[in-house]
Amino acid sequence: MSQPFRTEKGGRIDRAAEISFTFDGEGMTGHGGDTLASALLANGVHLVGRSFKYHRPRGILTAGSEEPNALVGIYRNGDQTPNLRATQVELYGGLEAISQNRFPALGLDVGAVNDLMSPFFPAGFYYKTFKWPKAFWDRVYEPVIRAAAGLGKPPKNPDHDRYGNLYAHCDVLVIGSGPAGLAAALAAAETGARVILCDEQAELGGSLLSEGSATIDGKLAPDWAGETIAALGAKDNVTLLARTTAFGYFAQNFVALAERLTDHISEPDPNVPRERLWQVRAREVVIAAGALERPMVFPENDRPGIMLADAGRTYLNRYGVKVGHKVLVATACDTAWQAAFDLADHGVEIAAIADMRPNPPDALQAIAQARGLRVETGCVVTGTNGRKRVKSALLGRIVEGGVTSAGDVACDALLMSGGWTPTVSLYSQSRGKVVWDEAVGAFVPGVSVQNERSAGACRGVYGLAATLEDGYAAGEAAAKAATGKTAALARASSNGADAGTGGVLGTLPHDRNASKVKAFVDYQNDVTAKDVKLAVREGMHSIEHIKRYTTTGMATDQGRLSNLNALQIAADALEKPLIDVGLTTFRQPYTPTTFGIFANVSRGDFFDPVRKTPSHGFVEEKGGAFEDVGQWKRAWYFAESGEDMHAAVARECEVVRKSVGLFDASTLGKIEVVGPDAAEFLERMYTNPWKKLAPGRCRYGLMLNDAGFIIDDGVIGRLADDRFHVTTTTGGAAHVFATMEDYLQTEWPDLDVWITSTTEQYAVAALQGPKAREVIAPYIDGIDLSAEAFPHMSVATGTFNGVPCRLFRISFTGELGFEVNVHRRHGKMVWDTLSTEIEKHDGVVYGTETMHVLRADKGYIIVGQETDGTVTPDDAGLTWAIGKKKPDFVGKRGLARPDLVAGGRKQLVGLLTKDPKIVLEEGAQVTKLAKPPAGTPAEGHVTSAYFSPAAGRSIAMALVKDGRSLKGETLNIPMPAGAIAVEVVDPVFYDKDGARLNG
Amino acid sequence: MADFQTDELFGPDASAAPLLNLDAVSVLACAPLARLSLRCRETGVAPAGTAFGLSLPIEPLASETAPNRAAFWLGPDEWMLVAPESHLDQVMDACETALADQPHALVDISHRQDAIIVSGAKAAWLLNTGVPIDLHADAFPLGTITRTVFHKVPIMIWRTGPDSFVIEAWGSFMEYVTGLLVQAADELKAA
Repeated sequence: MSQPFRTEKGGRIDRAAEISFTFDGEGMTGHGGDTLASALLANGVHLVGRSFKYHRPRGILTAGSEEPNALVGIYRNGDQTPNLRATQVELYGGLEAISQNRFPALGLDVGAVNDLMSPFFPAGFYYKTFKWPKAFWDRVYEPVIRAAAGLGKPPKNPDHDRYGNLYAHCDVLVIGSGPAGLAAALAAAETGARVILCDEQAELGGSLLSEGSATIDGKLAPDWAGETIAALGAKDNVTLLARTTAFGYFAQNFVALAERLTDHISEPDPNVPRERLWQVRAREVVIAAGALERPMVFPENDRPGIMLADAGRTYLNRYGVKVGHKVLVATACDTAWQAAFDLADHGVEIAAIADMRPNPPDALQAIAQARGLRVETGCVVTGTNGRKRVKSALLGRIVEGGVTSAGDVACDALLMSGGWTPTVSLYSQSRGKVVWDEAVGAFVPGVSVQNERSAGACRGVYGLAATLEDGYAAGEAAAKAATGKTAALARASSNGADAGTGGVLGTLPHDRNASKVKAFVDYQNDVTAKDVKLAVREGMHSIEHIKRYTTTGMATDQGRLSNLNALQIAADALEKPLIDVGLTTFRQPYTPTTFGIFANVSRGDFFDPVRKTPSHGFVEEKGGAFEDVGQWKRAWYFAESGEDMHAAVARECEVVRKSVGLFDASTLGKIEVVGPDAAEFLERMYTNPWKKLAPGRCRYGLMLNDAGFIIDDGVIGRLADDRFHVTTTTGGAAHVFATMEDYLQTEWPDLDVWITSTTEQYAVAALQGPKAREVIAPYIDGIDLSAEAFPHMSVATGTFNGVPCRLFRISFTGELGFEVNVHRRHGKMVWDTLSTEIEKHDGVVYGTETMHVLRADKGYIIVGQETDGTVTPDDAGLTWAIGKKKPDFVGKRGLARPDLVAGGRKQLVGLLTKDPKIVLEEGAQVTKLAKPPAGTPAEGHVTSAYFSPAAGRSIAMALVKDGRSLKGETLNIPMPAGAIAVEVVDPVFYDKDGARLNG
Repeated sequence: MADFQTDELFGPDASAAPLLNLDAVSVLACAPLARLSLRCRETGVAPAGTAFGLSLPIEPLASETAPNRAAFWLGPDEWMLVAPESHLDQVMDACETALADQPHALVDISHRQDAIIVSGAKAAWLLNTGVPIDLHADAFPLGTITRTVFHKVPIMIWRTGPDSFVIEAWGSFMEYVTGLLVQAADELKAA
């Protein structure tokens, strides 16, 4: 019979839909509504993985996202996703799952030898073992540790899935859809508030879906949940999100949700994203995250078949799966008894109910007696047998001063419950501080730091009736706080699922040899009670240290299962109260979250905006290479057939100097500064004087920061008394604009001047070279282009080919130059016109590389290349750009700082290699000696280096300590192949008197 | 707010194919427009409005419309004025004349940005895949205008109807905006 552990009836699975899947290649069947875990259990499979360190056989411990053991890989589309929790993987037809951390097979794993060697792997053994010899670290220890580390194998291919994003706002976000969450959502929605209700599980309803007999308003709890969810879903003001984990609670009630859209579908529509990131800004948040059952820390508590009691009940009532045929229930609290009763009612043999307490409630004992169940009180499990599945358990009787053997009991499953731990993770993420509640026996949320409240079991309110009431109250209060509105809502009344008593923390007493047995605290990281005690003995007294030394609580559930037990063990060892040991902070994400959902749409072409200029299509067509400059794509160089970059750039340089070149300068930042105080404003922002600049004239502007260092430069043209056209570097445009706006708003709000970014209002075509005037002349109207009427550093308005144009006569090459500014949408027309026109003059189009060489010929700096945020105008040889008579400008006081006026600063100089063919490497260090002794500080570094066709040799610029006083001297550039000797020269290599510029 | 009018100004560019055309939502490129950035002190508000042909909005996030005119409040001393492309010189001259004795800045930004119209039942949903602000009709009613971001780029968003919005972005950012909108809409094609 397939699925031998499936119940006859019941559960929320679709019994009509039989689904085939494989686990480690073995074919099995399950039903719609199953998780991989429930389907495996239905097939009698408990052994699903090997533990991290000791490779011990492990089974399914839980039914939720906190699962530490059942981590599997899922194959899909030729790749696998590792480390998925089988308790969360929904079954679909053809699902292929594999176990992890085993070799060669799950049943026979050579790594299990680690279990026998475990005395050699105590807590902190990395720190103790791998200290020496030092040389072993790189070659032996690290490779071995890396090979052994981790569980699943990472996927090999780029992520073929897509991920969506949605920003959402709501009045009330309810996290968790159990009784408290549903009641909160009902109460909040009734007021008309905008409500989002999310739950990490496939089906909304939370713990209500696992209830067998409790009723709400006379209906079975799962039925009431179904009707309630349908009613909520019908409301326009409610958004229901199943399969959606609230994984991060950030500042100002910003909560991140991960919605899983297609992982549960056999053949998902490729148009649908795999997951969607919801970035929710909620006025109020209701956390209804519930509570988790605690494992009991007894020897060999990790064998497959050992499971939390409530998980056993969930598999039975929700999934129609019996976790075993003969089940031992070990507990220290009331709630586990219900699991025994429910299983017994489905015909499962209950080996015994072993309750640690000497006197469990009479009512429970009476029910057990009525069903004929064996009950052992004052009884604890002291060990288990069975290699790949539990076969029997040892029982012990708790007596004064210890434990005496009470025989063993055969079983094929063991359900345990050490009590309940409220899930305070999200509250903790919201920066709230938990407080110890003695009555609840757990940490519960303290004061709210943000606009949130916890409701139900996550704040220690247990029992169905109380949980519902708490939820209603939280929902009402949240809606009122968010919107000021209230509404009268008839509250449902419930019967059953009462709060229980009892619970235990820490390691349990036993009669075994304590040095030989392993009682696990953190299953995923293989941390035992012994490890925690050892950490304390070795001096770790804070829980933060114990956590990192032992790795307890560092599993994917961040210790939700293990923390309280570990704390109690540490507290006992330290002989301190538990609350004095402290609790670690829960951080985002609540559960493991895919990288894909974080990367989201930022990949490929959308990783960052790709900004294109009007010449983009032309460059592509011509086969030009692109260079990324910030977000812009700029033409880099245009290689003709057979040319490499060096040859192409050399040709472009030569043609520009001989005839004419066309260059797309559209990316330069442009800011229109307008208002009666425009000149005064620029006077303060830039080092240069502006008030006497006549309309129609341009000036080079240098911008400093407060400290006196160069941050930007550009040519500024005065269009009218109250209007300037400012240009900035391409990469600096946004920063310069923001800096100007900052000063205007905070320092000089009295100035009547405003700035407007016009970077994209204008497209700019630069014409450079002796023929530049001839090229543009046929198209320009309204401007006298003669050298007399329109000299170097002029600006005028006219038309180009009939469209409005701002024409600048400026040069970044040292040649006669014009920059044609037209409105952006005319940019392509201008480019096409000029790129055709230059052919008549044997001109070239050129890119950024040639632009760099041509400006270096003239010693023009590039901010960010010759400067690095520590270069002053004097360092760069730009003292001439400082208006000496100005009372103030940004950076003026900075420039007077003692360290900026002292000698020994690095100054911009030219370098010529003794061998003219050698082009230096940019960034290379400059030293005095060819072979300086180790530890000698460099004199400076090379900032730019090119082969210059104009100079007929290599040229370079460098920042060198006291460089200007070293002219004519020889320095060295030490390189791996030997030092390169250079002579220090003036950094202008071509047309020093500027005759060509003024042509 | 006076009667709300947009059709004459932000019309689809007849020469361009729809960027996205689904039952639930469409994205259309707008035809070119005259756009002016106006900056002035309080004393300039009334004369500028008179010259432009409507009274400038002075409430945050507010817009004002008149036939062939729209004005957007973008800051305490900042407005964007929109008119048909052919009205550019006329509007500039009228405003400059009216503000001649007022400190002000009037800058042509007609070509700086492009506009698209996003409309349909899923328009707000589609925009919220990249726009972090609340576009619910209660929080962002008809006529609301604001600068915000779409994923990584700055945009301006204006609600022109229950299910329609005008988005403006700088020219070189528009491909990023429309590309991501079209990609995000893919899931609406799923059965």
